Amino acid sequence: MAEAKTSTAKDRPLSPHLQIYRPTLTMMMSIVHRITGAALYFGTLLLVWWLTAAAAGPNAYANVQWVMGTVIGRLVLFGYTWALIHHMLGGIRHLIWDTGHGLGPVEREWLTVATLIGSIGLTVILWFVGYLTMGGIR
Amino acid sequence: MSDHKPSIRTPLSRVRYLGAARSGTKHFWHQRLTSVALIPLTIGAVFVVIGLLGRNHAAVVQILGSSPVAIGMLLFVLVSIYHMWLGMQVIIEDYVHDELPKYAALMSNTFFSCAVGLTAVFAVLKLSFGL
Repeated sequence: MAEAKTSTAKDRPLSPHLQIYRPTLTMMMSIVHRITGAALYFGTLLLVWWLTAAAAGPNAYANVQWVMGTVIGRLVLFGYTWALIHHMLGGIRHLIWDTGHGLGPVEREWLTVATLIGSIGLTVILWFVGYLTMGGIR
Repeated sequence: MSDHKPSIRTPLSRVRYLGAARSGTKHFWHQRLTSVALIPLTIGAVFVVIGLLGRNHAAVVQILGSSPVAIGMLLFVLVSIYHMWLGMQVIIEDYVHDELPKYAALMSNTFFSCAVGLTAVFAVLKLSFGL
């Protein structure tokens, strides 16, 4: 492997990384899928906190309800909802791709846009339904 | 492929695709298996949470502790935790290359997943059995 260290080999761009490519929608959505997955990983702490508080008693549950009801709490929950829906729809997209379908230049873009619009739309609808069940915005 | 080269691996071990990691495509397959299972489980969990919004503690305990909801929630938690454990392992293996930090991160991933999963399961069971 001594010849690999000559000056001609040194100038050659080896293993180009992300910043060398023009960003595309499918690429950005692939990154977002991983980011939402990692966010949901730590988001399970919220689910566990809610479950343990419900199991602990009325006072602990009231604390959770108060924190989740603050503006920051609601923003975090809204982000958690979107991350969950987006990761699920992105996962369905990946399952379709796993079968070998939808990989053409038109279909893959269409699927990716549908994931993004679907996740934002479903999140807004779910929160609308949530506020309806709570009896309007408070 | 390389049958002409001497190898201590038997033909049977070669066709089982169980290479040096002794697991073959199990990791990839379980990621897909859990992702399919999580589609109905997540939809169910979201509807349960929406149904519990604004209710008082007694009603929440009664609904979360009822058998179908508790079993669904246990499935959702357990499959989610396994899915996220697998996913975080891939992220760590992609970005952490030095041996010591890598194994520390992989161990932390397992510890975190087990602790979070067991706590959630304990809480659901406690709600259900009313202890």
